[in-house]
Amino acid sequence: MTRRFIIPIALSFLTIPATAQEFKKNNLTIAKPWTRQTAAGQSVGGGFMSIANSSKTADTLVSATSPAAQKVEFHSMTMDGGIMRMRPVPGGLPVPAGGRLDLKPGGFHIMLVGLKQPLALGRRVPITLRFQRAGTITVQLKVESVTFGTEGGHGRH
Amino acid sequence: MAVIEPKMVAAAGPTRRARVIVFGLVAILLLGLGVLIAMSAYRDDGGAVQGSGPGGAFTLTDPAGRTVTDQTLRGKPYAIFFGFTRCPDVCPTTLSRMTQLRKQMGAQGMKYNIVFVSVDPGHDKPADIGNYLTLFGTPIIGLTGTDAQIAQITKAYGVYFRQVPVEGGDYTIDHMAGIMLFDRNGRFAEMMDGTEPIAVSLTRLRKLISA
Repeated sequence: MTRRFIIPIALSFLTIPATAQEFKKNNLTIAKPWTRQTAAGQSVGGGFMSIANSSKTADTLVSATSPAAQKVEFHSMTMDGGIMRMRPVPGGLPVPAGGRLDLKPGGFHIMLVGLKQPLALGRRVPITLRFQRAGTITVQLKVESVTFGTEGGHGRH
Repeated sequence: MAVIEPKMVAAAGPTRRARVIVFGLVAILLLGLGVLIAMSAYRDDGGAVQGSGPGGAFTLTDPAGRTVTDQTLRGKPYAIFFGFTRCPDVCPTTLSRMTQLRKQMGAQGMKYNIVFVSVDPGHDKPADIGNYLTLFGTPIIGLTGTDAQIAQITKAYGVYFRQVPVEGGDYTIDHMAGIMLFDRNGRFAEMMDGTEPIAVSLTRLRKLISA
């Protein structure tokens, strides 16, 4: 009788670390880091995540490196009169005190430039983020399908 | 009013009356002229959409190395989008949206073509574009060409794009993010916004394939 409950409960605990995808250091919590799968010939990949700062002091995401790419850049994406513009952001991205830096489609994002091999679906890509105050944190970008985030009938992102 | 008016005109005397008539005529003339100008302007606009609107001749190359022209696409409506494979955001999002729309339309979803044109021939080789489009899991016609061929189609289609140099000798590309819909005769139908509600896009596509 009890075993019928224990097994599912135990299994549900096992799956939590895999789905939560949270990385913490000092006052920073990095949630759901992901990237899109790429094909051969595609030399860049985007990186997305949410960085929460629970401290009373602002921090800055200064730079990043990844063994999967020659270099890592931060880019902004803006839409202006139907024209998409993407630009490198020099000087890093601010993580406000008690706030959050969201790297997501349609806004700021990480660019893995010069991919050494295609990002394969289901794999995890390590990326080391360097913050001005919190230092370095290595997170794993989960490689999602190319249609990730637009499936399921969501109108906007 | 009709009773009072003649009295007022009579009281004003014959010269005053003539002046009123002249003013009246001038006013009517100006009004007529205004209407004519407005009409001709309207006709110009209408003419632009009907005759010399987006679209026209082009020659590009598909992932298999075959030549694809505007004539190749005739006979089936198409949704066309311009981008580049190094665009990690708007391009996959828009192509995903088109994939999703097609899936939602079921069998009707195959009654139009999805066309992706890379405006980055310096980086995107036809085979690369083919590999990239395979990720979406639905047939998408991927095209690119020489700089001159890209210039030809973007000019004909009125598509804005611009290479912008960035630090380190590389470049990025600003480009129009809208999806253009063309009917089976290669005539421009309307624009589709990749961020508008799904239902709105579905209505546009159903109208396109039934036209």
